[in-house]
Amino acid sequence: MKEEFNIISNLIEENTRVLDVGCGNGDLMKFLQENKTKDIRGLEISKEKVQNCLSKGLTVIEGNAESDLKQFPKSSFDYVILSQTLQAFLNPELVINELLKVGKKVIVTIPNFGYWRVRLQLLFKGTMPVTENLPHEWYNTPNLHMCTIKDFYNFCSSKNIKIFKSIALKKSRISEINKSNLNYKNLDSHLGIFLIES
Amino acid sequence: MNKNIDTKKIIISNPLKLDCGKEINNFPIAYETYGELNNEKSNAILVFHALTGDQYVSGKNPITNKDGWWSYVVGENKPIDTNKFFVICANVIGGCMGSYGPSTINESTGKQIGTDFPIITINDMVNAQYELIKYLEIEKLFAVVGGSMGGMQVLQFVANFPDKAKLAIPIACTSSHSAQNIAFNELGRQAIMADSKWENGFYSNYKLNPDKGLAVARMAAHITYLSEKGLQEKFGRKLQDRDSLRYGFEADFQIESYLRYQGSVFVDRFDANSYLYITRAMDYFDLSKQYKGNLSDAFKETKTKFFVISFTSDWLYPTSENREIVIALNSIGADVGFVEIKSDKGHDSFLLDVPSFLKTLGDYINSTYKVINERRI
Repeated sequence: MKEEFNIISNLIEENTRVLDVGCGNGDLMKFLQENKTKDIRGLEISKEKVQNCLSKGLTVIEGNAESDLKQFPKSSFDYVILSQTLQAFLNPELVINELLKVGKKVIVTIPNFGYWRVRLQLLFKGTMPVTENLPHEWYNTPNLHMCTIKDFYNFCSSKNIKIFKSIALKKSRISEINKSNLNYKNLDSHLGIFLIES
Repeated sequence: MNKNIDTKKIIISNPLKLDCGKEINNFPIAYETYGELNNEKSNAILVFHALTGDQYVSGKNPITNKDGWWSYVVGENKPIDTNKFFVICANVIGGCMGSYGPSTINESTGKQIGTDFPIITINDMVNAQYELIKYLEIEKLFAVVGGSMGGMQVLQFVANFPDKAKLAIPIACTSSHSAQNIAFNELGRQAIMADSKWENGFYSNYKLNPDKGLAVARMAAHITYLSEKGLQEKFGRKLQDRDSLRYGFEADFQIESYLRYQGSVFVDRFDANSYLYITRAMDYFDLSKQYKGNLSDAFKETKTKFFVISFTSDWLYPTSENREIVIALNSIGADVGFVEIKSDKGHDSFLLDVPSFLKTLGDYINSTYKVINERRI
């Protein structure tokens, strides 16, 4: 978690306006508030988590990214962050489009379904993968649309979404993703972090 | 209800131009305060009361001898902690607890003003209370807070005085009274006016009181403050002090007895004309109309931080209406937080012991107070 927060924080310029979509209990918001910018908002679907955030004095709105991002004006945030949540939406493509409208830049992090540990489980065990990063069983997972680093990379190219920076994370090892090492990073990383713009 | 109320009161000498066109001056505003104002005058919270509320937010209400109407929220070690904050609450104009209203005695006739009292609006109420803030010499409030009609006043206050509050917390309210809201209020008013003792609003001249009509108004309104589930769980079809139906029109059911009781205690503390005037003010409330149909424009000038709260079982001012306020604020990039609190207690949730509401509200106010103070240092 800490590495992911650090990477996200390094992608953000100081004193900018940030929206964290699916902000959970506000840990990333707190981290960014202390390190980067005071001007940060959150959107979260779970009442309990929203209450936790508000209790900490964080400005969070209870709402659903799939329907409630519309209310924010175009380019009203310098950065919109979607941390490990994309796979849980009914319509991830729609959400990405909404994020790109609301934010001048968008940071998306995805748990990589192409990671070799994940692949091995399906290959050898023949069961849906359960890992540290993807802890749910197939019948109770909130993840509806799992994808790989390569899937997301290809998605951006096919939709003409500019990738400013793409970073692969394995344990705490950080590396850049590019066209030539894409297949390797897709196999050897548990998390992908993308800074994109429409 | 014009008892001899020994209450804090100021006389506003500045003329106040009302929305109806009339002007009032030298009129009383009754208020109460709790806690101490700090040296920097940075810890003041103005609480706005709802339709039948008054200035007695906390502690013992000297008129009813019951706990103040927001005792769960305001008091020592409560979510709005009076050890820390200076809490101010004024009786709205149109009310009957000492502020200028239809039961105020007209000095020249020696009689109550009755329905000669001008029609007032939420805007008028807020402008009158602003005079109190000036009188108390508070340059900037830390927060304005209120539920239901109190929430409407919060919205109007920030629209009218965009730089006078750092934080605004409208709870279980709306930016515009809906047809359903107006319908219920009209039902209440008609009940009062249908009472033969109403005498076109001059009942006090005849030493009468339209208490039957006012009680019915209260009973009908009270239903709208609860939820179907809450009613069913609390009362169901339980009978009142009897084992079987009596085949008559007495209060067989507990819910009937409960509503009759609510009606009867209400008439002892509330003036029927005040009920007419204040419900009318609520019906006339349409903040977006004041800004040519664009609610966002009401808040365009403000840097005030907002926290909007609604309740799942509130069907009088439902979440969708509270959310419209959030949407309007978001669309201009205002600083707004929002949560819908889970509760079976209906619209009245904001007045009752709803732990997740009280905790979230208290934590939010306290951590925001800390953040704002740190920023200033």
